[in-house]
Amino acid sequence: MKVDWNTFWPRILEATGETVTIVFFTLLFSSVIGISLGLLLYVTRKGNFLENRFIYTVLNFVINLIRPVPFIIFLVAIAPLTRAVVGTTIGTAAAIFPMTIVASFSIARVVENNLVSIDPGIIEAAKAMGASPIRIIFDIIIPEAIGPLILGLTFITISLIDFSAMAGTVGGGGLGHIAITYGYQRFDTSVMFVTVVILIVLVQLAQWIGNKLARLFLRR
Amino acid sequence: MITFQQVNKTFRTKSREVHAVKDVSLTIRKGEIFGIIGFSGAGKSTLLRMVNLLEKPDTGKVIIQDRVINDLSEKELRKLRRKIGMIFQHFHLFNSRTVFGNIAYPLKLAGWPKAERKKRVKELLRFVGLEDQANDYPESLSGGQKQRVGIARALATSPEILICDEATSALDPETTNEILQLLKKINEELDVTILLITHEMNVIRDICDRVAVMENGQVIEEGAVADIFSNPQTKTTKNFISSVINDSLSPVLLEELRKNGTKKLYRLAFRGEPVKQPVLSRIAKRYDVEVNILNGNISDLGGELFGHLIVELKGKDEEVKKVTGELEKFIQIKEVDTYES
Repeated sequence: MKVDWNTFWPRILEATGETVTIVFFTLLFSSVIGISLGLLLYVTRKGNFLENRFIYTVLNFVINLIRPVPFIIFLVAIAPLTRAVVGTTIGTAAAIFPMTIVASFSIARVVENNLVSIDPGIIEAAKAMGASPIRIIFDIIIPEAIGPLILGLTFITISLIDFSAMAGTVGGGGLGHIAITYGYQRFDTSVMFVTVVILIVLVQLAQWIGNKLARLFLRR
Repeated sequence: MITFQQVNKTFRTKSREVHAVKDVSLTIRKGEIFGIIGFSGAGKSTLLRMVNLLEKPDTGKVIIQDRVINDLSEKELRKLRRKIGMIFQHFHLFNSRTVFGNIAYPLKLAGWPKAERKKRVKELLRFVGLEDQANDYPESLSGGQKQRVGIARALATSPEILICDEATSALDPETTNEILQLLKKINEELDVTILLITHEMNVIRDICDRVAVMENGQVIEEGAVADIFSNPQTKTTKNFISSVINDSLSPVLLEELRKNGTKKLYRLAFRGEPVKQPVLSRIAKRYDVEVNILNGNISDLGGELFGHLIVELKGKDEEVKKVTGELEKFIQIKEVDTYES
């Protein structure tokens, strides 16, 4: 059975809207959590200015625990927690919750990796001027790493588009849901094709925005 | 101004312990340029970082302007650091800020209002000669310009102390000279006490008043630059001096002298007044001795003239002895064997 495109386009648009909503809110929440965790990882790292072995080790361990779990497995495994927090395991909000958890840890790692490449001498210079740790973080560390940070976040955004499609398959809504139910289960290649094209456009758009922003901050 | 009292610092890694600074006691006086020289790993960098407590000594006291700073609270320490400027070998400028932003940052930390910051930065840019680069980013500057920015940034809050961590080691000789002259100007015009560390003896020779030589965490020699240059006590110090004052004879010349049967040469060191007098020729004239000059030069060390000569004295042994005896009244004289040097 082929779909009636006249009535189907609004469905596609709605699903695209859902995907964008999921990615946007996940990115928003996980950036806040992930950047904080990444900063915490960085400053508590051995030899850094708020060195704390306990915090670093625990955080590092948790990140390494979550990151290797395939997202689709994680999604199912965490469903009881999702139900407890969001109230349901179906729909946009139910997709955002598990995605935020995974993305936060990924972002934390990306942030940490970008920060370690900052010349420690620059931080020493700020310290020698009498800058407090908080000032060093916000005045020096973040501005020094902002370009690569934006590119890192862009990379994460693109995986989020990918993840959102996966969340769609288990009831998260969005383009993934359409692709699976209409395209896969009903063997309608044209629907699959349309969703894939839309996903590609979204990815290109995200990368383009990321590159623009990074260039703006890198002045190159 | 700055006093180290019996300071010690040990770094521990899993595999070994490094006693970086051993029982160092030093006093840097107000208004002077004090240099610490040593090879890498001598502990000078650790010692320097104790001045603003970037490194905390394990034992011993660090006293800045009559105040023991070891146990200052974080807040007091930050206040103290704002009064001590610091510059670095690799400049450590903030790449995310313009030249203006770099120099203004310490003022921002000190809570200066925006308009005054702007005025002060302009002043500083003029002082270091970078008025046209205010809006450039560090990446577009040359090494010498970067260090000027570093210096302007360090001087922003008008500190009374400036500490320099190998400030010229990454620069070419000409730029090194420019930066050294700038440091001298800062010392003289702004009355800033400067403590610097270096492994280049020309830095010590060109701008320092006093020097300490460090080796294996200890100060092995200390004194006025002219004293150290004219009468070094340790081998390390002599090596450093020979890196800037070429007083060794060429092997070809030595070989020639040995062939001619010359066994003894004399190394003469002049300081102050005798440098300007023809002491040697005046004395040699009175005896039956010929003077053959093999090497010599005159340098200016911390404002004092310092000269040295290597000569061969040709004549009968007792005549030569009389000459050296006379010379000793005015200058330092040392016998050197042609087979040793």
